[in-house]
Amino acid sequence: MTNSDVPRERPLSPHLQVYSPMLTMMMSIVHRITGSALYFGTFLVVWWLIAAASGPAYFDLVNGFFSSWFGRLILFGYTWAAINHMLGGIKHLFWDTGRGFELETVERNARLTLGGSIVLTILLWVIAYGVK
Amino acid sequence: MSLRTPLSKVRGLGSAKDGTEHWWHQRVTAVANIPLVLIFAFVLINSVGKPHAEVAALLGSPLVVIALLMMIGSITWHMRLGMQVIIEDYISSEGRKIAALMANTFFCAAMAVAGGFAILKLGFAS
Ligand code: HEM
Repeated sequence: MTNSDVPRERPLSPHLQVYSPMLTMMMSIVHRITGSALYFGTFLVVWWLIAAASGPAYFDLVNGFFSSWFGRLILFGYTWAAINHMLGGIKHLFWDTGRGFELETVERNARLTLGGSIVLTILLWVIAYGVK
Repeated sequence: MSLRTPLSKVRGLGSAKDGTEHWWHQRVTAVANIPLVLIFAFVLINSVGKPHAEVAALLGSPLVVIALLMMIGSITWHMRLGMQVIIEDYISSEGRKIAALMANTFFCAAMAVAGGFAILKLGFAS
């Protein structure tokens, strides 16, 4: 029988600083970070829509900001976050069916999410610019 | 000595009992977001640098209005559910948690109404 009167040091589970970073855990936290970034990005989206609904004068101001190099950088980051979160989300939906938990698959899908998000974002910009 | 029995003090402090619905709505909106966010991203990139008249005409065309309305509904619901989980994970003090959850709901509702109104206005204007 253990002596319940003596307080014991409870074991603490090792946390982030103990593990060497792995791609799978990076992609896991990136999904949460991109979700949060998109959350606040919705404010920019609504700002832009309100500007378009307000008429030419205000729209030119707002669209002028988004058309500057800094604005385009934000938009590029926003679309990358959206696509990365989308691919990570699809991976989650796949996991929800109970599939894709083998170590090699998990590792491969983490790579696919990262690589795919970069390729798809660039592709989206090329296509959307192309049809202008 | 309290008026309340020990049982009545702990009742209702367990699960909120709607976890399945929360999870399911997160999945349904996730699936809906896939085409809607792609369509919106396309419209957004395509509109950068264009004059107001052109952008308003595109944003006001019926198919775009329908897609954007669905998108604003789906993403604001999805992001409210998602941020709720993040808040519950990181904020342990009950008071601050409830305040943050309320702020989350208010922000998402404001985004849904403001975005929805702007889209409808563009739709009816053109
Ligand atoms: C484009 C398609 C999208 C898909 C397929 C998708 C999918 C998902 C899924 C499956 C989850 C749950 C993850 C989990 O259970 O851990 C999730 C979480 C979340 N999503 Fe999305 N999502 C999409 C778009 C968006 C957008 C546009 C926003 C914001 C405006 C957003 C914000 C969030 C947030 C804040 C979370 C919570 C993150 C967390 O708990 O770590 N998502 N998403």
